[in-house]
Amino acid sequence: MDRPIRVLVSKPGLDGHDRGAKVIARALRDAGMEVIYTGLRQTPEQITNAAIQEDVDCVAVSILSGAHGTLIPKIAELLRKEGADDVLLVAGGVIPQEDIPFLKEHGVAEVFTPGTPTDVTIQFIRNNIKR
Amino acid sequence: MELAERLLMGDRRAAARLISMMENKDPEAQEIMRQLYSQSGKAYVIGITGPPGAGKSTLTDKLVKHVRKTGAKVGVIAVDPTSPFTGGAILGDRVRMSDLATDPGVFVRSMGARGHLGGISEATSAAVKILDIYGAEYIFIETVGVGQSEVDIVKNSDTTVMVSVPGLGDDIQAIKAGVMEIGDVFAVNKADRDGANRTAREIEMMLDFSHADWRPPVKMVVAVDSKGIEELFAAIEDHRHYMMEDGKFMLRRAENARNELLEMVKSRIVEQLLNHDVKAERVEQLAMDVATRVVDPLTAAEELIQSVL
Repeated sequence: MDRPIRVLVSKPGLDGHDRGAKVIARALRDAGMEVIYTGLRQTPEQITNAAIQEDVDCVAVSILSGAHGTLIPKIAELLRKEGADDVLLVAGGVIPQEDIPFLKEHGVAEVFTPGTPTDVTIQFIRNNIKR
Repeated sequence: MELAERLLMGDRRAAARLISMMENKDPEAQEIMRQLYSQSGKAYVIGITGPPGAGKSTLTDKLVKHVRKTGAKVGVIAVDPTSPFTGGAILGDRVRMSDLATDPGVFVRSMGARGHLGGISEATSAAVKILDIYGAEYIFIETVGVGQSEVDIVKNSDTTVMVSVPGLGDDIQAIKAGVMEIGDVFAVNKADRDGANRTAREIEMMLDFSHADWRPPVKMVVAVDSKGIEELFAAIEDHRHYMMEDGKFMLRRAENARNELLEMVKSRIVEQLLNHDVKAERVEQLAMDVATRVVDPLTAAEELIQSVL
């Protein structure tokens, strides 16, 4: 069925920089996706509830604060608890290479670090959404 | 029919999924909605509209919080524009409604306005019914008040709140026909700013020209500071009570249903044309013929209508 892919772009944690999230939101929009942007400083609970109400195909979180190791697995866990583990979870932001395997073990499909061309993210989402 | 049962039990994932399916014109969802239609109609539907930047999302957020004090379940449908070039959209109304995300009694859904063959009003109208069956007692529909399709969305409500802000233009804006006429209640937001009283006065002057029974109240609010929200909601409730007198409510719902029906018929005809290869090709051919003056648009349109009847 021809329908736009719906993506929740969100900023968990306490850093106040959403330039990256907005660049991604804009790029996904220009790729024909419906992007629901939640704004700054969202808790994993807020993000999960929004993802469910909005029935998104993908949750994309941007995080620069260094709290990715706790917040992102928490979002994956909450989505699983709600039976929404068919939602693709991707992350971006300042995330050290050595932390990526841990995140991937905890429900994150892919991590996009600074410098990733937006096309790479768009293609990854298109190829990996689960419905 | 598992989805239907889950929706009736107030399962939010079922509600969320059904809204998507109706947006995408999924036949299974359409069948479910045929079955469940008689279960809808209980929620009170409040439309919130106004120019971009008037503070509609913030105002909706505060009104929802006010209603939540009574314990009533609330649904919110926030519509934002879709890019006509890519079909993509950035739906940002949730930014102003962050706190509502963790309230289990509130369901917020964002929708892109275009890219729907058959119009967004059909998709929002389906979403209203789904949230109604889901158990919402109040449903807020929020959208920018520009363009006919957006006006159609809010017109499809029980009470329409028109949000204004100071400094947008002179009084001639207020008396222009169209969007201003659909307000049942007016809110002048950002009323702590210069010119708020003048804006309110201009709206009152416009309303002076109308001889309708119901005189829409004009309320001053500062949504970010939660000022005037109680009074605004009281005005909405006044309108609701007024509508409940001598069958006016059902007359309005019948009028809304009439608009909805005619819109559906229109969009079905267009769909039948565009989803049929030969007919769709004929549309393109006739469009070129009309442009080059080979045929006039009236004749061309009549031919197309004949081809689907």
